[in-house]
Amino acid sequence: MRFMMLMMPKGYEDAKPGTMPDPKAVGAMMAYNEQLQKAGVLLALDGLHPPSMGVRVSFQGGQPNVLDGPFPEAKEVVGGYWMIQVKSREEAIEWATRCPGSDNETIELRQVMEFSDFPPDVKEAASAFPEMQEKTGQST
Amino acid sequence: MTATDIHRAIEAVWRIESARLIAGLARIVRDVGVAEELAQDALVAALEQWPESGVPRNPGAWLMAAGKNRAIDHLRRNKRIERKHEEIGIELEARQMAVPEVEAALDDPVGDDLLRLVFTACHPVLPPEARVALTLRMLGGLTTGEIARAFLVTESTVAQRIVRAKRTLAEKQVPFEVPRGEELAARLTSVIEVIYLIFNEGYAATAGDDWMRPGLCDDALRLGRILAELAPQEPEVHGLVAMMELQASRGRARVGPKGEPVLLYEQNRSLWDQLLIRRGLAALDRAYKLGEAQDGDVGPYVLQASIAACHARARTPEQTDWRRIAMLYRELVRLQPSPVVELNRAVAVGMAFGPAAGLELVDALSAANALENYHLLPSVRADFLMKLGRMDEARLELERAVSLAQNGREKALLVERVQKCAASTS
Repeated sequence: MRFMMLMMPKGYEDAKPGTMPDPKAVGAMMAYNEQLQKAGVLLALDGLHPPSMGVRVSFQGGQPNVLDGPFPEAKEVVGGYWMIQVKSREEAIEWATRCPGSDNETIELRQVMEFSDFPPDVKEAASAFPEMQEKTGQST
Repeated sequence: MTATDIHRAIEAVWRIESARLIAGLARIVRDVGVAEELAQDALVAALEQWPESGVPRNPGAWLMAAGKNRAIDHLRRNKRIERKHEEIGIELEARQMAVPEVEAALDDPVGDDLLRLVFTACHPVLPPEARVALTLRMLGGLTTGEIARAFLVTESTVAQRIVRAKRTLAEKQVPFEVPRGEELAARLTSVIEVIYLIFNEGYAATAGDDWMRPGLCDDALRLGRILAELAPQEPEVHGLVAMMELQASRGRARVGPKGEPVLLYEQNRSLWDQLLIRRGLAALDRAYKLGEAQDGDVGPYVLQASIAACHARARTPEQTDWRRIAMLYRELVRLQPSPVVELNRAVAVGMAFGPAAGLELVDALSAANALENYHLLPSVRADFLMKLGRMDEARLELERAVSLAQNGREKALLVERVQKCAASTS
């Protein structure tokens, strides 16, 4: 099963554009990343610029509305993520606990939905894809 | 935390730590069988103590310390036995390590332990199924029960295989080491083969009612990725990983809603896992770059990964570069002559140059009496015959394929094709 480990650094919600992580903390984090990789569980990872450089698009009344960051109501924002592949939720938790996080960092673990998780009706909905693609000329 | 929670947490720690633990202990006791038992003892100690004391802050270090104590006890005991034997005049090879040296060895951050463990578990002195069982157990952290379920054999069969394998390694005095020079290449081939065998059993189960056992594919992939980290300079290792990532990317498209197999050409490509495809293509790229920097030769796993990459890159089946695939298979036949590869080549040739060209190759295989009991030979032959409009012959071939298929899902698919074929002639 796949989990996304979302790193949520406190203070990132209103960090100035161009804010960069501390090289020392990055060093420790790289050692941790290497552990994940050597264990064969790491699939992907990325860090994100602060939300002050981001944009939110909302859909109030079906009308798209574009808002530049920082976002006043945001309390917890994602600063980066890892995608890992493990055998159990407990294994994902065990990996998360090994992260050299600081006082202001929290990791949220979220399991990635897989096809086999879908109930029969969703699976059936997905099984109609080929026909749909055929109609768009993207035949399979 | 409830007892079950703790138990599952320990299982998770075991999954992460067992291989390093066994490898570290094997460096002390110089016997992977003994090391594995010592590691199991440490696990039992954790199962007894952690529900009371809670999971320690650094569970890996805890397990290693517990294992280390047991290893030292084991060496002391052996030393006593040796001394006794010496006293009664039996000559024994002197133990290489005294206890203080053991402590030093443990603090030495040599990263090769895992690699040594891989090479020992996959030693050619063991029959392939024993290598597979030992690798899953020692490197994959799987229990005997899990291995038994994956390979549809009884737990006692797996347990016996493991016991016998450990005994063989001890009797043949297989050293706990990474081989050097020419020996390294030969042994690496065995390691790659073992991981490939595990993957294949998960990808196309040879028997039983499930067409795939994705758990086993995941285990093989993880082992392959570990190996790529341990032996980063070996093109074939990256080739193996690339091939597995690319094949696994098709996993969810390969099985229909009722668990039936969906063949490559009919798969819904939007279900292919793009993350795994990207990883596979990147690994393949690494393999080629390393190969070019070394002798420029392309090995069989890189070739197989290249074939898988041709499929992965085609957004629709019609875009598949069958000519390139046929060419890659020709190379593969040259490197690893085998009737199964030849049959795959026939499929590719049929797609690239028409069913008559494919049929010619299949007929050559039939004439050579190769693959007599392999259901895919008549199945592929039937496919060409149908495309050539020779329906009666095709039906006979499909019936033959049905009688040979071992996997329940595959059998059902073939029966369906027989019916379709019969319907088209009546």
